[in-house]
Amino acid sequence: MSAFSSTVALFSKDVRSELRTRYALNALLMFVVTAVATILFALRSDVPSPTVLSGMYWVVVFFTAMSSLSRIFVSEEERGTTMTLQLVASPSTVYFGKLFFNTALTVSLTLAVTVLYTLVFSEFFIIRTASIFFVTVFLGSLGFASAATILAAIVAKANTRGTLYPVLSFPILIVLLMTVMNATARALEGEAFSEAMGDFQILVGYILAMTGGSYMLFDYVWKD
Amino acid sequence: MNQITLTVSGLSKEFNRRMIFRNVSFTISTGEALALTGKNGSGKSTLIKILSGVLTPFKGNVVFTVNGARIGPDDIKSAIGLVSPYLQLYDEFTGLENLLVLSSIRSNGSIRAGRAEALLDRFGLAARQHDLVRGYSSGMKQRLKYAFALLHAPGVLLLDEPTSNLDAEGIEVVRQVVREQQKTGVLILATNDEDEAAWCSRRFQVA
Repeated sequence: MSAFSSTVALFSKDVRSELRTRYALNALLMFVVTAVATILFALRSDVPSPTVLSGMYWVVVFFTAMSSLSRIFVSEEERGTTMTLQLVASPSTVYFGKLFFNTALTVSLTLAVTVLYTLVFSEFFIIRTASIFFVTVFLGSLGFASAATILAAIVAKANTRGTLYPVLSFPILIVLLMTVMNATARALEGEAFSEAMGDFQILVGYILAMTGGSYMLFDYVWKD
Repeated sequence: MNQITLTVSGLSKEFNRRMIFRNVSFTISTGEALALTGKNGSGKSTLIKILSGVLTPFKGNVVFTVNGARIGPDDIKSAIGLVSPYLQLYDEFTGLENLLVLSSIRSNGSIRAGRAEALLDRFGLAARQHDLVRGYSSGMKQRLKYAFALLHAPGVLLLDEPTSNLDAEGIEVVRQVVREQQKTGVLILATNDEDEAAWCSRRFQVA
């Protein structure tokens, strides 16, 4: 069986496990609903600018992702199944299987936030350039997942998991956050697709650097 | 029959600057069984973890050869079976699902539903194979660990506290597994129990 098949099998195991235990899904859904409701009450009748809207959108995504993406390794550690995985899968299989799962979770999360925003803030959350918005959401999700996966693996080995994860994540994700907020504001303002190419280049570079670096580091994080 | 040899050379391990054991060396081949004995905290379980590839030694190395050819780190996973108290299976899956899911993830592995069911039957879990592991007793979980360890017919079987939580019937099945493994491959078990140590042809005192 190829390494790819093993990776897909691990991804499939995590999806089935998540659907049964709801380790991350419940936290994710509750956080999204609470955060969007709080923003709705805070805004009252004010009409925010596209820059403020895109900032609020990614703040919700960031904190929701921080509350759920670390579960992918923490749940293995807490259940004592880390060693079982070490026995059956190579580090690269584990890394990419978990990365695929976190990517799927983040894409679902951003789509859920988009749908909620469109329903709740229908008067002013209008995506004028859909191509920029959806490319940003896709690349942003990949970026979040690539950073979150390696951080989750590191944090799972620590004693102070709850506080360490967001503290470590912020400096690593700041470049990604600034870029996706900028690109989302462009989509809401209705700029041409070509205007966002610079942002997309930064996002692609970030994803490649983060995934490549994580792949090289993961072996050492995972084993001892 | 494959000739499997496991050579341990100058193995040392330390945790937080405390040396657990130093300079452990031995060789074991197909047809042999080795009992690792020693006081609590002497490093038996740590040595088992290093042999199974989930811990890296501070010094020294472990070499597996099959018919004289050295096998790499990724292939070792399909050559080793491990049963130990610190190994856990997934509570949210049934006994059969655990075996099939882990078999599909295992590098170079494949799903063997018939073999999985046969092993569950052998360890007395056939009637409960579709129940979630969450509802298993500690003895049933130990039996399931044996089914998981033997699923891919490993050349090297590592057992840490092999009969913990097992009843008399379970211990007898384990005894049979140990006899079979000694004929076809390598067996290493870590124990403080004199009866279990007597199952093996050789002993190594971990100090």
